[in-house]
Amino acid sequence: MSNSLVDNVSRRRFLQGSALATGGLVLGFHLPGGLKVLAAPADQPGRLNGFVQIGYDDNITITLTHAEMGQGVHTSLPMILAEELDIDWQKIKVLQAPAMAEGPIASASAGTGGSRSVRREFEALSQAGAAAREMLRHAAANRWNVAVDRCVARQGVIYCEDKQATYGDLAMGAAMLAVPQNIALKDRADWSLLGTPTKRLDARAKVDGSAIFGVDVQLDGMLVGTVQQCPVWGGKLVSVNTAPAMAVSGVSDVVTTETSIIVVASGYWPAKKGLDALDPQWDMGPQALNDDGRIQGQLDQALKGKMAIVVNKGNVTQAGKFVSRTVQAVYEVPFLHQATMEPMNATAWVHDGKIDVWAPVQSAGRERVSIAQEFGVEEEKVTVNVTFLGGGFGRRSSMDFIRPAILASKQTDRPVKVIWSREEDMSHGTLRPVAKAQFRAGLNGPGLPVTWDNRLVVPSISKQLAPERVRDGVDPVSVYGADELPYAIPHQRLGYAMPDTGVQLGFWRSVPHSYNAFFVESFIDEIAVSGSTDPFELRRLLLADKPRHLAVLERLKHESDWDEKLPARHHRGLAFHECFGSLTGEVIEVSMHGGLDFRVERITAVVDCGAAINPLTIEAQIEGGIIYGLTAAMFGRIDIFEGQTVQKNFDTYQMIKMAQIPKVDVHILENGPLGGIGEPGVPPIAPALTNALFRATGTRVRTLPIADAGFNILDRIDQA
Amino acid sequence: MGFTINVNGADHTLEVDGDTPLLWALRDNLHLNGTKFGCGISACGACTVLVDGAAVRSCTYAVEDAEGTEIVSIEGLADIGMVALQDAWVEEDVPQCGYCQSGQIMAAAALLNEIPQPTEADIDATMTNICRCGTYSRIKKAINRVAADQ
Repeated sequence: MSNSLVDNVSRRRFLQGSALATGGLVLGFHLPGGLKVLAAPADQPGRLNGFVQIGYDDNITITLTHAEMGQGVHTSLPMILAEELDIDWQKIKVLQAPAMAEGPIASASAGTGGSRSVRREFEALSQAGAAAREMLRHAAANRWNVAVDRCVARQGVIYCEDKQATYGDLAMGAAMLAVPQNIALKDRADWSLLGTPTKRLDARAKVDGSAIFGVDVQLDGMLVGTVQQCPVWGGKLVSVNTAPAMAVSGVSDVVTTETSIIVVASGYWPAKKGLDALDPQWDMGPQALNDDGRIQGQLDQALKGKMAIVVNKGNVTQAGKFVSRTVQAVYEVPFLHQATMEPMNATAWVHDGKIDVWAPVQSAGRERVSIAQEFGVEEEKVTVNVTFLGGGFGRRSSMDFIRPAILASKQTDRPVKVIWSREEDMSHGTLRPVAKAQFRAGLNGPGLPVTWDNRLVVPSISKQLAPERVRDGVDPVSVYGADELPYAIPHQRLGYAMPDTGVQLGFWRSVPHSYNAFFVESFIDEIAVSGSTDPFELRRLLLADKPRHLAVLERLKHESDWDEKLPARHHRGLAFHECFGSLTGEVIEVSMHGGLDFRVERITAVVDCGAAINPLTIEAQIEGGIIYGLTAAMFGRIDIFEGQTVQKNFDTYQMIKMAQIPKVDVHILENGPLGGIGEPGVPPIAPALTNALFRATGTRVRTLPIADAGFNILDRIDQA
Repeated sequence: MGFTINVNGADHTLEVDGDTPLLWALRDNLHLNGTKFGCGISACGACTVLVDGAAVRSCTYAVEDAEGTEIVSIEGLADIGMVALQDAWVEEDVPQCGYCQSGQIMAAAALLNEIPQPTEADIDATMTNICRCGTYSRIKKAINRVAADQ
């Protein structure tokens, strides 16, 4: 595994620079630029999959493999390239690359996720932009017969004293030149576009109805289907009389598979009516009796049992004998569903030995390989076209929602779009796992923790998706956020166990950080309470040797007016978490209105993501992450009964709405290497809220969701 | 059986069952795909359209009930003089994934039809569509921007 982004990139980048048939200067580069990622197939050196084209008409087109699911990469990634290329930003267009065999766009080796895109591609995109700029300068120097250092690039034009030529005009000359390598990039201080609030390039298409999501794919001769899979994960279809569905006007086919039924029709509604008319017999399989009680028993047993040791620093047992006081707590979080606004769907056309797919998918390159393997065709025969994603949040990194479309197309010899009902989508999630954690800390006289003992129980995502990631009984995707505490506590132990709960698991925005931040930051708050320390002050003392962390805390304290006296019945809570290379602190202020009714008055967030590429995106992602996290903290729970998901739609899987939340104040710090931004907003908000509610009521919520403890979130403005 | 509905100023006769939700008639019969499917139970609002100027969640509104009404979908919003809403959405950089935004914009259009200068309480009471990306504060800003310009 290469741990060097620069080495990896410089070896592969710019294997060709050529004027393609489409015209202009086209540079190809290889994305991702580095960093090995989860469950990626072998990289294919030499396969170019990112492109920038400078057309003779001065339009600039950048082709990216990254899925746009709201996180703004189709704006922030082009900004990186444009900074070095120095262009008129209005002239840039973004194309989504498919994962395919032929043509200029090769398959991506990794999906879009892990808050990685900007961090990982920064170097490659900057080099691509810089190389194109240098080639254009050289082309101008050749044309005017002047020294290249007299040619200056600015806003899409090369200038040399009184002479000037646009990039488009110079593109053909530039295309004949060798591609320069390892160009010195601009210093941050010299950035002009990066760091400037820049509006999304995809906004117009997303407000006039023209943006194409997966559900909007339209092909000649296409049919529309909907699917029902065995209600219990791992079960099978025994039999079904398909006649009632075939009797519905518009239904053309009923496709049965080992585990599912797909009704295919002229449109979604007849397909849905057809499916609803059926009375299939299922063999519910080994998980038929699974339920929350059984899962709870597994968690409790694992909590008491033998654990893999993840962290063992100092000597917790020995040091524990000399502490002044101990604090203990047990926390728990439920299964969660991503609940993307766009239900699962995909379109497939199986024809002439080929499989063409159109899907809102985070991991097109990987799914292309999986499709080839599962359907027994060569990878070269599979193309996965990527649409806009109506939310991803980790749910769209699999092929379970692509498979039904392929099966239906195979059987009907027609292109088929299969759209899952919301109920089907909720019933067959890839759930954020349940997790339970026991903590014990020993405090010294002044109330600082000297021992920290965390026993963590989480069923393993990797065990289901990429078992090779599990080493010595530890799934890193379960323990991140609990394993490397930022706090200076001399004696630390983290034990981990992974019961198999028989529930299909997957990624969920911020993955283990979503629960480990809740556990750790709740417990830190309990330590602060026990030691009668201000929660800011406790963290400040424990982060004394970390100036970057302290800067986030100090800024947060200032921006949230932490030291200002609050009105009666108002209370604040604080949490801090480090993940995906970024540091995030959040303060929430609540007001109490009788019993356990509360309002969210104010939310302040400070994030240090190293460098602000697009402040508008950062604000949106932190605010959106907070609302996502707050929704889960307040309401989110998926129950399992008789092996099935109980919550099946938004009537029972409740969401925070506009009336309940204030605008989030987001403040950005830039004190380190580039960090991620799609996920870091999520983790701190749950503990910030429960810490605030503890101060308000004396009730410590240790089990999410908060609503289960009787708390009720009110609209911010009294409508009466 | 045929049903005639008026969408974005034009009549369309559709050979569908009368219980077909307007959402699916728009999407699968008229290929007006800007109106989105989210939940199918009127819970999320992604499918919101204007029916005689009011916000209607089209996933549970049958085509047979839509006869004789004037329906406006996101594709027809500019033609009824409400492009300012879409411009405001772009100006305030509202969309993230964008999937719910057609419905949000149509709900906002109905609100502004009813109350040209809404208070924050009016906005909160009316704008109940779900956005999983959490774009609510920018939606509010966009609505206020349009109201201020009217």
